[in-house]
Amino acid sequence: MVYLITQTLNGLFSAGLLFLIASGLTLVFGVMRIVNIAHGSFYMLGVYVAFSVVNRTHSLLLGALAAMLVVGGIGFAMQRFFLRRFASQPLPEMMMTMGFALLFRDGALMIWGGDPFTLAYPSGLAGSLEFHDVVFPVYRLFVILVAAGVGILLGILNGKTLIGAKLRAAVDDPEMAAGTGVPVALLCGLVFAVGAALAAFGGVMGGPILGGYPGIDFDLLPLAFVVVIIGGMGSLRGAVVGSIIVGMIDNFGKALVPELSYFTLFAPMVIVLALKPTGLYGRS
Amino acid sequence: MGEASSNFDRAASTARTRLSRRKLGILIAGLVGLAVLPPILTSYWVGLLTQALIFGVLAMSLDILLGYTGMPSFGHAGFFGVAAYAVAVFSTRYHARFLVSALAGLVIGTLLGAAFGLLVSHVRDVYFLMITLALGMVLWGLSYRWIPVTGGDNGISDIPRLATRLGVSWSAPLPFYYLTLVVFIACGGLLMLLVHSPFGLTLQGIRESESRMKSLGVNTWLHRYLSYVIAGAFASIAGIVWAYYNGFVGPTYLDLTASSEIFLMVTLGGPGTLAGPAIGAGAIVLLKNVISTYTQRWLLILGAVYIVTILWAPQGLWNLGANRRPKT
Repeated sequence: MVYLITQTLNGLFSAGLLFLIASGLTLVFGVMRIVNIAHGSFYMLGVYVAFSVVNRTHSLLLGALAAMLVVGGIGFAMQRFFLRRFASQPLPEMMMTMGFALLFRDGALMIWGGDPFTLAYPSGLAGSLEFHDVVFPVYRLFVILVAAGVGILLGILNGKTLIGAKLRAAVDDPEMAAGTGVPVALLCGLVFAVGAALAAFGGVMGGPILGGYPGIDFDLLPLAFVVVIIGGMGSLRGAVVGSIIVGMIDNFGKALVPELSYFTLFAPMVIVLALKPTGLYGRS
Repeated sequence: MGEASSNFDRAASTARTRLSRRKLGILIAGLVGLAVLPPILTSYWVGLLTQALIFGVLAMSLDILLGYTGMPSFGHAGFFGVAAYAVAVFSTRYHARFLVSALAGLVIGTLLGAAFGLLVSHVRDVYFLMITLALGMVLWGLSYRWIPVTGGDNGISDIPRLATRLGVSWSAPLPFYYLTLVVFIACGGLLMLLVHSPFGLTLQGIRESESRMKSLGVNTWLHRYLSYVIAGAFASIAGIVWAYYNGFVGPTYLDLTASSEIFLMVTLGGPGTLAGPAIGAGAIVLLKNVISTYTQRWLLILGAVYIVTILWAPQGLWNLGANRRPKT
């Protein structure tokens, strides 16, 4: 029972982290139809930038802010100067992001070197909570709560605010939205930047546990893709459900059959695809 | 820029099914060069040409999917790697003979295509891209983690060299090169027949308009499925030759970077043609090896080549001439 509770909490932690990554991916796909291969790179850049800042300031909060600003800025520039030229051509857009993913990977290796590292735990969140026999690290619980908070915030932003309404208009019919005065091009740039910043934020949140190492970008990318494929591309609710499914299965799979952990991850994707090719909440 | 970018979608369709006389000349000159030149080159360059031919087969096989059927597979290195691993496992663990190992590679690679094809053939466009990417990463994960069979990160080394037969030591650079050239020409010829056959034309029809092909009574799912399996089989052939050329197989041969390299070979060369991907493969292999002697920053260069290709030559090198013709 204790084992089950601990593993479930671990699964929720993975789910929280996955949601932070996948929500940006699904947001960008929903608005621009871009399959962003560089999304894992944003996560990686986030944790590396935070590493540099945390080393100097010893503040994870400052690290997170810097990572989101820098990576969000990179994302905005990428969309503005490169991806926009190929609007609504999925294949060239995807290949462009692939090119950037390779640049970012080698660039990070050049700047920060190849040594793996973890970020320091923020003060006050380093210990563990004990409840009867269940011992669980405070920081993991914190990440679960933060991810839930981000999810609620994104939901409100998308569903209840004016900017969310404009965004949904731009998704449904970009031309009509532009005709009624919605700044579609600017919105696209902002969405891409927010998606990148979310991935970077995920990187910082995961930093104390997963850390950073060369290759983490392509390690996490397929996980985020599986989440988005299961949940349905472009759907925020799908990202929530997909993250929980993938986080749980990945955790229990790794604990029970470590050699086949990739297969246990991949099985639900196959089942969902066989039954509903657009994912649980996706629109065709 | 808009004109060039709209070319990308049209890249495949502008590719002529009939070669212009100039291109035919280039092609024949290239093949003659490949047949005649190696004896006067150093073994380093013969090795590079061998690599280029192997990846040429691999890139042509991907183009059946990407350029001809319009299925952007982003996990194609998986077939190549699995076939190479199959050869490695059979020849080192079971000490199987060459023919048995090679056949095992081909059968396992093709069966894998047949199995994956069931999962992906009903999926289109970006969904297809993401699913093939995820499947490719599953294979990579397996090669990395299934240590008892694959050796994990260390891979499998000491794949036995080809034996001496008929007085020729086939593992020496020059004989192996000619062996690869024969495989390359055979695969290229078979694929040429394939794309000009009614089946191949149907694939191109599906690329242009699946709904129209459907209303003509074509079972488009089956065509997409077969296209996927055939591409997997030819990629497996490349993997088998690679295993014997390299003598070593590791997880890096089937990761995302490997798949994206093949993707770039096709795009750089010219999707929707067979000569284009082969040329793209040659260009990338040469670039990679020449640059790697000067700098460690190969991925940086590869990324830059990616971006430059998409910006300035989205229709591929082989179709550059076609670009100047008035568009219809």
